[in-house]
Amino acid sequence: MVSFIQSTVGKKYLMGLSGLVWAGFVFGHMAGNMTILISPDLYNAYGHAIVSNKILLYGTEIALVSALVAHVILAILLTKQNRESRGTRYAAKPNGEKAASFASEWMAIHGSIVLVFIISHLVTFKYGPVYETTVNGVVMRDLARLIYEVFSNPGAVGWYLVSLVLLGFHLTHGVRSIFQSFGLLHPAYQPAIKKAGVVYSIVVAGGFISQPLFVFLTRAVAA
Amino acid sequence: MSGKNINITLKVWRQKNQREAGAFKEYVAKNVSTDASFLEMLDAVNEELISKGDDPIAFDHDCREGICGSCGFMINGNAHGPLKSTTVCQLHMRNFNDGDFLTLEPWRAQAFPLIKDLTVDRSALDRIIRSGGYISVNTGNAPDGNAIMIPKTAADEAFNAATCIGCGACVASCKNASAALFTSAKISHLGLLPQGAVEGEKRALNMVGQMDKEGFGACTSTGSCSASCPKDISLVNIARMNRDYMKASFSKKPETHAGDGA
Repeated sequence: MVSFIQSTVGKKYLMGLSGLVWAGFVFGHMAGNMTILISPDLYNAYGHAIVSNKILLYGTEIALVSALVAHVILAILLTKQNRESRGTRYAAKPNGEKAASFASEWMAIHGSIVLVFIISHLVTFKYGPVYETTVNGVVMRDLARLIYEVFSNPGAVGWYLVSLVLLGFHLTHGVRSIFQSFGLLHPAYQPAIKKAGVVYSIVVAGGFISQPLFVFLTRAVAA
Repeated sequence: MSGKNINITLKVWRQKNQREAGAFKEYVAKNVSTDASFLEMLDAVNEELISKGDDPIAFDHDCREGICGSCGFMINGNAHGPLKSTTVCQLHMRNFNDGDFLTLEPWRAQAFPLIKDLTVDRSALDRIIRSGGYISVNTGNAPDGNAIMIPKTAADEAFNAATCIGCGACVASCKNASAALFTSAKISHLGLLPQGAVEGEKRALNMVGQMDKEGFGACTSTGSCSASCPKDISLVNIARMNRDYMKASFSKKPETHAGDGA
């Protein structure tokens, strides 16, 4: 077990496993938040239902935090090891198929920006100001109001757009590579896996992006 | 043949040995026949350098038929040059244009120490092969052709993996200098056949272990290795290696002796 975790193959396997937890989470998070496009009340009720279910809430939080910590530590270890292995860099850049894709080449860079984004996102919303509202006679947190406040600022919308596009790139390489690291690559499925990875990333990033954009463009109506 | 001649400017990495610092030096290859191979073009440049009393450019080569795996360097950042499925010895000057400027660099990786100019020490790859150990076959007379049944698809895949010539282009082109494609090809070509399957798990464990010990990086699935491979070794081999390694890691049992359990 120990030698498996210490090996490059084992590290990549755990990297994929911890990434998979988040790749699955972002889809659920994006889909659930789509309720903001329908109505602030529905969105608040959805959020309230989640935080009321303590087992689901804490279970998910523990899984996400431990996966994130593992993913970041492994990323640092692997990036350091890979840089050392490469040693001297080339003077000339490769081109065409012999070059690495943009997403894979910059994984550590957009990964770091996504990490900063996750932390700032939690500070802004989860640990942000708490407003209260009543939906159907139940008193709950008015997260929708905070969302409308935050996304009335074009700067905040811009930061979310950039971060979410980078998250999309991170996912295109990640989702596809999970299959490789887990040893599930097969010539018959390879092109389909590649396409599915891109579609999945576009759906997640596109879905997320639609939310701050929608709020920003319709805030006059709600205000 | 087409019989055209072109002029090429080369920017070549020159380094006497590991201790002395290297630097790029420019050379003009004049009047190069487009029918010449890339190495023949370098031969001509070297002839001129020798006649002037200069040190010729060192580069590895042997068969010049694309089957031995000796040759290889970076041309404008691409391992074995711009073409796919080619070694530099099988790359011809007709693929270049008059006035082209080409940067030639040796394979670069921490596990490939530089010997001189464009030659590097690839014995790390030999040590990975050695760590794979033996396969179980009976000695004596050659067995009958079909005495051991092998499915056609398994034979095909094993042979595809076995075409790896160990040139090191995969390591050189990988941004992490990972030897995953090479190691996985070696694991696959023995592990897929009944003769090599018996030691399959041990082989996967040992070869991956040696690969890590040599200081090669981790696979990031960029696919640069397979695109640069003169033999088109597929990424599917890396997936198989990951699978075999994982299985072997979790099912590894200590060797026991008769009566141990009594």
